[in-house]
Amino acid sequence: MSTDTPASAAGTSHRYVAVQESAEFAGLRRTLRGFVFPMTVAFFLWYALYVILSAYARDFMGTRLFGSNINIALVFGLLQFVSTFLIAWLYARYANRRIDPVADRIRAEIGEVTHEHGPRG
Amino acid sequence: MNTVLAAEATNGTARTLTITLFVVLVAVTLGITIWASRQTRTATDFYAGGRSFSGFQNGMAIGGDYMSAASFLGIAGIIALYGYDGFLYSIGFLVAWLVALLLVAELLRNSGRYTMADVLAFRMRQRPVRTAAAVSTITVSIFYLLAQMVGAGALVALLLGIRPGTTFLGMDADTAKVATIILVGALMIIYVTVGGMKGTTYVQIIKAVLLMGGTLVMTLLVLAKYKFNLSSLLGDAAASSGKGSAFLEPGLRYGVEVAGNATQTFYNKVDLLSLGIALVLGTAGLPHILIRFYTVPTAKAARKSVLWAIGIIGTFYLFTLALGFGAAALVGREAITAQDKAGNTAAPQLAQALGVDFLGGDVGGAAMLAIIAAVAFATILAVVAGLTLASSSSLAHDFYANVIKNGQASERQEVNVARISAFVIGAVSILLSIFAQSLNVAFLVALAFAVAASGNLPAILYSLFWKRFNTSGAVWAIYGGLLAAVVLVFFSPVVSGAATSMFPDSDWQWFPLSNPGIISIPFGFLCGFVGTLLSKERDDAKYAELEVRALTGAGAH
Repeated sequence: MSTDTPASAAGTSHRYVAVQESAEFAGLRRTLRGFVFPMTVAFFLWYALYVILSAYARDFMGTRLFGSNINIALVFGLLQFVSTFLIAWLYARYANRRIDPVADRIRAEIGEVTHEHGPRG
Repeated sequence: MNTVLAAEATNGTARTLTITLFVVLVAVTLGITIWASRQTRTATDFYAGGRSFSGFQNGMAIGGDYMSAASFLGIAGIIALYGYDGFLYSIGFLVAWLVALLLVAELLRNSGRYTMADVLAFRMRQRPVRTAAAVSTITVSIFYLLAQMVGAGALVALLLGIRPGTTFLGMDADTAKVATIILVGALMIIYVTVGGMKGTTYVQIIKAVLLMGGTLVMTLLVLAKYKFNLSSLLGDAAASSGKGSAFLEPGLRYGVEVAGNATQTFYNKVDLLSLGIALVLGTAGLPHILIRFYTVPTAKAARKSVLWAIGIIGTFYLFTLALGFGAAALVGREAITAQDKAGNTAAPQLAQALGVDFLGGDVGGAAMLAIIAAVAFATILAVVAGLTLASSSSLAHDFYANVIKNGQASERQEVNVARISAFVIGAVSILLSIFAQSLNVAFLVALAFAVAASGNLPAILYSLFWKRFNTSGAVWAIYGGLLAAVVLVFFSPVVSGAATSMFPDSDWQWFPLSNPGIISIPFGFLCGFVGTLLSKERDDAKYAELEVRALTGAGAH
């Protein structure tokens, strides 16, 4: 047994091409990529900044705050945790509101035409 | 207070308790495995736990799969000995989950079935792509397995207090290490062959609960000791470290500045950047993590799994910060390095010290030590089971069913081959681990991440997002990234040419960095790009199907 690649022959393929070319699907792709691509670039640069400062700006990272043993390096590291949790939460909210409804609608439309992909295994 | 682990007076008590807890743990997990085997009938049950887990359950299991002994004992140990730099590791391991969340988890869940290769081979010629994916999956998993199993051998010997020159049940330290490797290997084979993905998942969930519970209690005790004043904990840790405020800053372990040697300083800093990149890009290419997304029914549940995983893993890494600095302050560098030069016993030693303080006397110390030793043992078991399952699934589903049998194998044949594969991979890992036990193989975890980031991740991202991508590109990306990472590490100081090398007495080293990622990851992406353009193959209709299915969940398994 393989993935169902061979089974989904000509007819289904045309159907998928039609869906892919539809305005509704283009909108879904734009909605998804419009969030995940910029966000990936943003968190990667933010993380890279942290690693680069850890390597090359040791004096800055070692600056103590509020006269305690807590320094910028620790706060910066903790902020990486905060930003990770925040981005995860923002994405979940965005996906629930903007992506899921459209994806569900398109899936239902496809389901009305092709039935060979019923829930399986 | 005697700070030597399992001090002579409490040796017997600690051992009895530790062994009792080990036995209970093994009995409970085996019981669950047998129960899971009764629920495992189809291939989907075996490979993907029947896709019946909830997002929360799978999030816990992902945590159990991901938080290895290297995370728990290794990072706590690095922080205890080198201070802040251990935290750099934790951050890379956590931020990496955003790649999985934003770019991979849901699309993979929607378009794949059992293995990473299901997505890679979706619109490609099956045989070359699945062969490459199986090679890469097995390579990454075996590297990771060896590091865990060799670590387990050394660790259990230490936790049972068997030091060179002493014996336990007639075994000296070396025999005990071999016995532990065989025991861990045998258990992981049983979990996977008998329990499949269901059994493995429950083992991982149990482990996650134990690990989070154990580290939470230790964190609270450490903080209570310092009246919940983080600054005074840090101050005390810095003072006991003998390194002063440098202990709280980056630079003692990674990107070390070597006075008077500008070249080495330059390489050390580039090495730190290289490690950072590999950590953050590796996670979303680890096969044993990717197959976990198939255990939930929908893409939305896959998303929820990652959200839970980020919460659990993030919290855990915050705990390790307290454990590491707590061990530095309360156990002290001297006592830690006396037990294990790499600091891997810092967390168990801290547990013992906290037990002495809070539970009262040596018996309290022995009890806490035994509990944390059992947690560490559970940690190892859950991770090695996940790795064995990932590699045997790929061997059976990708290589046997789709390459050898051309997609004509029956479900029953395929699952039987998966079980045999798990046995073979387990047996090979046991033999390799016994052979490698005297070598320094800790670098294999970082190498597994580098291979995953250099070979698997480019292939996955191109597959999902690039219309023009084709068979040639996928094969080039996987082999190119894999070979670049392995070859560069082979010629790096972690394998030869330095006192800390795997082969310290030989020298064929010419690549200056310990972490190949900064070269091998761009190289993997470049290979995928060039390989694609060198072939005329292009199937826009199949990409349409992949993209529509990935984004909408239409036709999802």
